[in-house]
Amino acid sequence: MNAITLTHVEKTYSTGTQALKNVSFEVKAGSMTGLLGANGAGKTTLIGILTGLVRKTGGQILVAGINLDDQPELARSYIGVVPQEFNFSIFEKVEDILIDQAGYYGVPRKTARERADNLLHELGLWDKRTATARTLSGGMKRRLMIARALIHEPKILLLDEPSAGVDVELRRGMWEFIRKIHAQGTTILLTTHYLEEAEELCEQIVMMRQGEVVRNAPIQELLNELSAQSFVLTTDQLLTEGGIYNLKQKNATTWEASLKQGTSVTSMIQDFASHGVTIRDIRPKANRLEEVFIEAAM
Amino acid sequence: MTYSPTIAYITIARKEVTRILRIWTQTLLPPIITQSLYFVIFGAFLGSRIGEVGGQSYAGFIVPGLILMAVVTSAFSNVASSFFGAKFQRSIEEILVAPVSPSTLLAGFCTGGIFRSLVVGVIVFIVSLFFVPSTITHLWAVIYFSIVTAIFFSMLGFLNGMFARKFDDVGIVPTFVLTPLTYLGGVFYDIANLPGVWHTIARFNPLAYAIDGFRYGFTGHASTPILGSAITMFLLTSVLGIALIALLRKRTGLQT
Repeated sequence: MNAITLTHVEKTYSTGTQALKNVSFEVKAGSMTGLLGANGAGKTTLIGILTGLVRKTGGQILVAGINLDDQPELARSYIGVVPQEFNFSIFEKVEDILIDQAGYYGVPRKTARERADNLLHELGLWDKRTATARTLSGGMKRRLMIARALIHEPKILLLDEPSAGVDVELRRGMWEFIRKIHAQGTTILLTTHYLEEAEELCEQIVMMRQGEVVRNAPIQELLNELSAQSFVLTTDQLLTEGGIYNLKQKNATTWEASLKQGTSVTSMIQDFASHGVTIRDIRPKANRLEEVFIEAAM
Repeated sequence: MTYSPTIAYITIARKEVTRILRIWTQTLLPPIITQSLYFVIFGAFLGSRIGEVGGQSYAGFIVPGLILMAVVTSAFSNVASSFFGAKFQRSIEEILVAPVSPSTLLAGFCTGGIFRSLVVGVIVFIVSLFFVPSTITHLWAVIYFSIVTAIFFSMLGFLNGMFARKFDDVGIVPTFVLTPLTYLGGVFYDIANLPGVWHTIARFNPLAYAIDGFRYGFTGHASTPILGSAITMFLLTSVLGIALIALLRKRTGLQT
């Protein structure tokens, strides 16, 4: 069963910009799928079409098996969305934003209040429940949008850059919360610029470039395709460029090494040690998914 | 859970009414002050020099028109500004991503306009009693024409908000459309007395039927057949409502 099925979806804006070109992919029910792409790849346009804020110019979309063109209201009732930009009234109280949003989905006020209280506690916004939205920090506003998207208990959650602009600690907390929601059975489609985030959370990756899907595969399959991974080494000794690790000198003490698939980092360090070279520091040049992404979608 | 459009409607309507009451100095007070000035200037100062119109004092003649003028302005401006404001700060997206049908969205926002305009209308009527003693001869006409006018101009305000792209667009329509319609609709004179071409033009002004019918409720005298005015306003309101729902179904002015 697919939560979302996109078939030959097209979008051309009135300016003539073709934002989506023949986009087809499926999001399996209960999965966590990452939608990756550089700025302008069409990720937000796609989220906009799914939520009814952008009009597609071609193709078909099924949400929980319901055609978005035939029964848009029913299809939207399954979806919760956390948009990239803040889109609530900054003059309203935090709890009112949640309770009203539940009302738009037909949730009775008493139930909405109970759910709002739970979400405010879970997302650390309880103390701010009677504050107006404009007084919240950037991270709080983003958490408010997550709470708002979940107030009607959607089966499908669309997260458009949910951790953009939040600090590392908050991002980690947000990941935990997203994992928890996912574990409860919610299908998640996540767009992100943070490849570490996609690698950490997603099971399936869809990569887009200039409005087209260029890769769609389970994350493990993508990572397995990496023929080599790059590391940055620090040593006081002078090494020779090239060799089995394809060494490249970056500055006096820093070198870049390429480690072939199947070779462990430990064996590389031991190999250097056997030649009398002490590695003072070692770190990946980029995370693994980033290397796949650069190859496929840049 | 079964989706309830009634809850969605109540949510939008409650939010609108709360906003109106919260900023009552901006929403309820100004039209009352403006209409009071009209009562003073046209009713008390100038009215005595003009004499009688349609068998009654000029002050008594203009009261229904001034009440309906306040209803029209409040209904239109409330919905136009509220809907465009929600579009401008993108909070309208909260409703657009939800399973809210076009008719629920329209009804919710227009309820705000109807509420505000009727509250203003009642207060202006009460204020008018301090200047001119008025009697209601046909209550049904007062209720029918005030409500149908409030609905019609709330929807016209919604149409304005839907197509507006900047705040100037919300201000242009009242200035260039609403004000001429109001002043040429017979607030200050009987349209039956208008000369040839102006009388013909007035027949295409929906507000002329609304004011004439509303005034009939007070004075018992109408320049056009009362049933004709009632049916005209009903048809115009229905057509506008159907057109707006069709536009909303296509998400005109709301989607990119």
